Amino acid sequence: MRKTFADLHLRLNVRDHATALRVITKAAALGYRLIAVPFPPETHRDEVTKLKAVCSEAKIDFASRIDLRPRTQNELMHQLRRLRRKFEVICVACENKEVARQAAKDHRVDLLNFPLLDFRRRFFDRAEAELASNSLAALEIDIKPLLVLEGPARIRFLSSLRREAAIARKFHVPLVISSGVSEAKLLRRPREMAALTFLFGLDEASALKAVSHNPVAIVKRNREKLSAKFVAPGIRVIKEGKDC
Amino acid sequence: MKRVKRRYLALQVDSDGLPSQKEFMDAVWNAVTKLYGEYGASLTSMALIDYDVKKNTVVIRTSLATVDLVRTSLASITSVADKEAAVHVLAVSGTIKALRNKVRE
Repeated sequence: MRKTFADLHLRLNVRDHATALRVITKAAALGYRLIAVPFPPETHRDEVTKLKAVCSEAKIDFASRIDLRPRTQNELMHQLRRLRRKFEVICVACENKEVARQAAKDHRVDLLNFPLLDFRRRFFDRAEAELASNSLAALEIDIKPLLVLEGPARIRFLSSLRREAAIARKFHVPLVISSGVSEAKLLRRPREMAALTFLFGLDEASALKAVSHNPVAIVKRNREKLSAKFVAPGIRVIKEGKDC
Repeated sequence: MKRVKRRYLALQVDSDGLPSQKEFMDAVWNAVTKLYGEYGASLTSMALIDYDVKKNTVVIRTSLATVDLVRTSLASITSVADKEAAVHVLAVSGTIKALRNKVRE
């Protein structure tokens, strides 16, 4: 069966229509069938609809995403309550340990993201992984730094990723590999993204899963939850009317 | 002596200007050396087989054991001859004939 490849982190400027169209068309040409673009929290519905139309023109599925950057646990809970039902993918950028732990145990969080270059603030340790494995949150790794960094910075980044990937594997935390790019030239084919993950110890099967099955499963699960027919996990309305 | 198995990779160069053969191969060797060092690069037995200027496609050869290493290095290329570029792998095959068939498909 053909794999559906997804990139859940395309950083597009929604107002720059031409660039957005170029990047989306390129993503479709490279073999992606699903992309997600992060929007600011106060985004108007029209902007999301507009981008959705651009994606359907390029014959690529689109998921709306929001990146939350709360400073405290309470702020995170407040933002989740406010935004969970508005976006298909929710990612939490964990800037401190308190937020990281809360995000890992909250069922409403889909992706955990850590500061790329501040290696002391990458809080994905065994405790974090254990919480994340119980709540279905996935660890998101952006490929962009691997392309743009060089020398000691890339060495340190790879070493952090190797440690985090090993912890994620041990605790069965799903990995999601995203591009995190805003330019078409930095986009890579899904299999090339998988090849780059060999640098931090992923095998081919898990690398391909991280660019296909894992991100697609997150979007599918959330679309089901956001649909009008969803009642509770495992329960949904299949027929309505007098003859039921 | 055991025969060394090889793989041929068809590549597409996505660049603003068209680099020369030498510039392209320099970029590939640089990427391999940066990621895996000179020892790793020496294991690849990489060679340029064909460089089609019109189609922007390149065929290179490498040993089977280092295909993943070469793929990773190719994906990490962001510039060729100081111009922004990306190198995409179109197909991988054991013979040039099969490779050409795969690319045509």
